[in-house]
Amino acid sequence: MKHARVIHQGTVQWAVEHDGRLRLANGLVVDETDVSWLPPLAPMPRPRTIIALGLNYADHAKELAFKAPDEPLIFTKTETALVGHRSTSRRPADVTFMHYECELTVVIGRTARRVRRDDAYDFVGGYTVANDYAIRDYLENYYRPNFRVKNRDGCTPLGPWLVDAADIPDPMKLDLRTFVNGTQTQSGNTRDMVFDIPFLIEYLTAFMTLEPGDLILTGTPEGLADTRPGDEVVTEIDRVGRLVNTIVADDEPVESHA
Amino acid sequence: MDYSGWARSGRDGRVHPVTLGVDPAGLGSADWDACWQGGLPAVPTGGCVYGVALNHVDELAALGAALGEPPYKAPPKAPILYVKPSNTWSGPFADIVVPDGIDTVEVGASVALVFGRDTTRVRACSAWQHVEGLTLVADLSVPSPSFYRPPVRFKCLDGFCPIGPWVVQPHAALQSGSVTLEVRVDGSLLQSVSLHALVRDAAKLIEDISAFMTFRAGDVLMLGSGPGRPMVRPGQRVSVSCAGLGRLENRLIRVDASGSPAP
Repeated sequence: MKHARVIHQGTVQWAVEHDGRLRLANGLVVDETDVSWLPPLAPMPRPRTIIALGLNYADHAKELAFKAPDEPLIFTKTETALVGHRSTSRRPADVTFMHYECELTVVIGRTARRVRRDDAYDFVGGYTVANDYAIRDYLENYYRPNFRVKNRDGCTPLGPWLVDAADIPDPMKLDLRTFVNGTQTQSGNTRDMVFDIPFLIEYLTAFMTLEPGDLILTGTPEGLADTRPGDEVVTEIDRVGRLVNTIVADDEPVESHA
Repeated sequence: MDYSGWARSGRDGRVHPVTLGVDPAGLGSADWDACWQGGLPAVPTGGCVYGVALNHVDELAALGAALGEPPYKAPPKAPILYVKPSNTWSGPFADIVVPDGIDTVEVGASVALVFGRDTTRVRACSAWQHVEGLTLVADLSVPSPSFYRPPVRFKCLDGFCPIGPWVVQPHAALQSGSVTLEVRVDGSLLQSVSLHALVRDAAKLIEDISAFMTFRAGDVLMLGSGPGRPMVRPGQRVSVSCAGLGRLENRLIRVDASGSPAP
């Protein structure tokens, strides 16, 4: 099943996908433009741990003039970066390159500590799509990629759906695509990840405990392009979802495009 | 004088006001038990915990010409941030388990701000209005010489970020930076850090970081450690203290195959 977390008539609630529309918790069926979309995640009692992968597709590493890493390149983010489907993300006025990154995102379903890769899928609750924007102008060589590049308010759209893990039998065989204003600019397949999901769960939980609701953004394939105010950016993964975001100039008020 | 603030009780998990008639930097676990009805304190806050690397002028100076060479190529411009996720948190006086294979742990002691309000695009001149109080953090890491891309598996181990014991209302000495942070290992003073010598003081950090990301009420921001970070081994006791802010003390231990503390 596909779950969404939305605001409808002023109330935050869960909904499920229903023939291309949304069935709210109270039974009402509405269009996707009738609600404001939140990231499809339950609130957590502690801050959500958000792990992201750099250079986890060999073609993307080549595109950025890196050789594929021997060990996962992990960085961390916080929830202030997340926004839902059909939201806006802000591009600062002084930058020359703000690129999207379409990423399959793992949502942890059970407390995971020292998990073996053969058991790793038992700890996955579901999957969603992230668009992990980066502002390349701000990249510095300290604690790469630094927060000013990768942990900006509202610059990591997530959603629309949390898809139950049982509905994605092989997450390592999914096509990813990005469209800017309707033109496809990025394509890839999760089979080309350098470190696959079971490896990442084993690697991470060897030293850190992950809790239900924690996220792993598994990296992006090649095909990056600059995005400018007014651009509609759609990041899409087969069976998981089609996440829409619009770039706005930093001096415009933040508002939902729902 | 009386010292006041609040702590989270390890007994009921709730936040309680605390007033102490003695400088809390002298208080050990037995003293907390005796003088505070909440028993031993727990981690006092529940927001995101952020660290700032290379925020001490002497720490930056120690890198010298290396700042201009690969892999850095240029001195840092923006604050260098990282997260200590919730799996890393430990309470005051808690034992911290060091995994097998790790013999030395580096202590990044810091005074930390606790935000009282959501904080976005705030100027330095009004930054302190967003701070509810201050606390202590001992940011533990597996030593790594590089600031380029320190592995998360060195920074984010379970239990590797003790926080507390309490949150103290900002007072003038803390706001002006005229306090000294001290780190002791098994009672020996190994590091003294003056908060005067920061690249960015608390107000400037808040301005520069909140320009692009929001701090939520309850979030914690470490002001940064100093040069010469002490190293500590399993079996040793590390304490971080600061006048008026108290003392954060923890023991590093190993656990054997049966789950008992190993010698």
